[in-house]
Amino acid sequence: MSDATIEGAPRATQPKSSLLVADPHTRRRHAAEARFRAYGLGAIVISMVMLVVLLFTILTGGIGAFRQTYLEIPVTLEDAQLDKNGNRDPADLRKVLTLTYGKLLQQSLEKVVADKGIAIADLSAKDLSGLISKEAPARLRDQVLANPDLIGQTITARVLVNGRIDGYYKGRVTMDSALRDANTSPAQLQLADALKAQGMLATKWNWSFLTSPDASDQRPEAAGVGIAILGSLYMMLVVLVLAVPIGVAASIYLEEFAPKNRWTDIIEVNISNLAAVPSIVFGILGLAAFINFGGLPQSAPIVGGLVLTLMTLPTIIIATRAALKAVPPSIRDAALGVGASRMQSVFHHVLPLAMPGILTGTIIGMAQALGETAPLLLIGMVAFVKNFPSAPPEGLFEPASALPVQVYNWTQRADPAFIERASGAIIVLLVFLLCMNVLAILLRRRFERRW
Amino acid sequence: MNDMTLLERSVEQTEIKISAQDVQVWYGEKHAIKDVNVDLLDKTVTAFIGPSGCGKSTFLRCLNRMNDTIESCRVGGRIALDGEDIYDRRVDPVQLRARVGMVFQKPNPFPKSIYDNVAYGPRIHGLARNRAELDEIVEKSLRGAALWNEVKDRLGEPGTGLSGGQQQRLCIARAVATQPEVLLMDEPCSALDPIATSQVEELIDQLRAEFSVVIVTHSMQQAARVSQKTAFFHLGNLVEYGNTDDIFTNPRDPRTESYISGRIG
Repeated sequence: MSDATIEGAPRATQPKSSLLVADPHTRRRHAAEARFRAYGLGAIVISMVMLVVLLFTILTGGIGAFRQTYLEIPVTLEDAQLDKNGNRDPADLRKVLTLTYGKLLQQSLEKVVADKGIAIADLSAKDLSGLISKEAPARLRDQVLANPDLIGQTITARVLVNGRIDGYYKGRVTMDSALRDANTSPAQLQLADALKAQGMLATKWNWSFLTSPDASDQRPEAAGVGIAILGSLYMMLVVLVLAVPIGVAASIYLEEFAPKNRWTDIIEVNISNLAAVPSIVFGILGLAAFINFGGLPQSAPIVGGLVLTLMTLPTIIIATRAALKAVPPSIRDAALGVGASRMQSVFHHVLPLAMPGILTGTIIGMAQALGETAPLLLIGMVAFVKNFPSAPPEGLFEPASALPVQVYNWTQRADPAFIERASGAIIVLLVFLLCMNVLAILLRRRFERRW
Repeated sequence: MNDMTLLERSVEQTEIKISAQDVQVWYGEKHAIKDVNVDLLDKTVTAFIGPSGCGKSTFLRCLNRMNDTIESCRVGGRIALDGEDIYDRRVDPVQLRARVGMVFQKPNPFPKSIYDNVAYGPRIHGLARNRAELDEIVEKSLRGAALWNEVKDRLGEPGTGLSGGQQQRLCIARAVATQPEVLLMDEPCSALDPIATSQVEELIDQLRAEFSVVIVTHSMQQAARVSQKTAFFHLGNLVEYGNTDDIFTNPRDPRTESYISGRIG
């Protein structure tokens, strides 16, 4: 009662303000809010633009790797050259070197040019033979060795062309640049155009980029990410088998069973610190522990997998512990209250509820491991690997490459055609990462439950 | 209404179910329960009342060793269930909790179906030999918790989809399903509306026929309505324990009188 009269006095002296007109204080507040929104929107716009630019450059640069120019010419696989004894003995066939096949291809091409009446001024013999990739004879030889019945027949061989010719049809090489290029010449490009007009040369979808192994510096047209994909898959397998059970078991123990004392505090701090250790340090650790001390082979997916496991464990443990912590204690109480043991309450109730978080954390950790390069360089996975590793478990101990390392490797090479290959490998890597993230989202949706 | 229930109240039971002697509880350095001596009777509703932080919930949680889950908690003295010390080293708290069930303040059904919620306890304790027996236990427990008619057509639906009062009755059904001897209830009605509260209270009165029920409550009306025995806690001490009628009509201790008349709390 008395309060009302006391408050009433000063109010009378103040002019009554209208709600429809903002006072200066309100206007300042509105301005601050508007500024804050603008900052936030600006940050999002900048990051979106960056993302678009990144994706655009990678896609425009790398999409070419998925298309490859091939020459299709009739090749007569003559007995006289390929199987002098005529008995199709695999040992004898193997003695015929790539060189012979190279000559065969060269002769076939010369014949085609002569038959079709293609006449190009200044076309040297080197230009003509240089049209065909150095990798092509090897592939033809593999084809014949796999199927000796082909000898004696005339087949239409699908032949890789030189990287420069391929680049010409992807806009990387022009007549002007060919003039200054020791590896090609305008005459060679004109020959390619003439063959294309005859329908013998075409740029087609290139499965072999995904299936073939790496190739040497002179043969960018033959390089593929086959071994790198396989090596990365093997490593992910090792990480999945080791990091997930160890990480989840460690987090369940630390979160649900371990007493809270100084020791567990120290362990907790150290796990958080491990998550922040630069990945190259894990590489050195892997080199010292697994290769030098443990005697495991270099360049092997098992070593890469072990190093990535060490690297991923802290991420998985932190994510799993966070997921376990997020389960309300009332669920644990409820389970204990009806006479469930600690373990029953964890495995029947807490773990299923924490599952979406655990899965998301695990997959994000694995995606991080998939893209990791530095530690793999140190354990020798950067080596040039030409032979596919066999199936696990033996394959885990044989040399392989990995996708991010392959990207790094290709960016170091001189031939500009490898830039396209590197971007292509990045696209493959991004597709894998995207798939893993989509999987994480789907699993989260699938397992999510409300309480 | 209160007076009417008080009039017809009588304590026929004299058999002691739980006996506590010189119980002390420390949370780290804090001495939360001091020298509590109390004998809880079988087939009787005992209410623990007292202001917030007086230790009544703590003492309740000592009775089925739920305090074991709190790291810093230490319990002294002796609590015996049917004459056996429950803090003996040989006692497995899990076995104890199967005999001393608990219902919590906030309804906390498992995020599973209604059926699975009730069937969980019998399953882990192996109380049913086959599906038919389990079905029977679930139906009996849900009937016991006065929930059967409301949920019998949707046993497969999640328990978390029920209303607050139904969830709490589901939790009671879940506790009853393990066939405990003692049922501890920690403010079971604090999150419920008056209608749900009266349903749960009726339920408690029915449960008395089979179990010894211990209920912690902030509402003195509730204590007066449902209990035969009442214990008043204050600052960690058990101030007064006796028949509910005596506590509410003729308290011996001045602190009890102040509390029930609303002067402290």
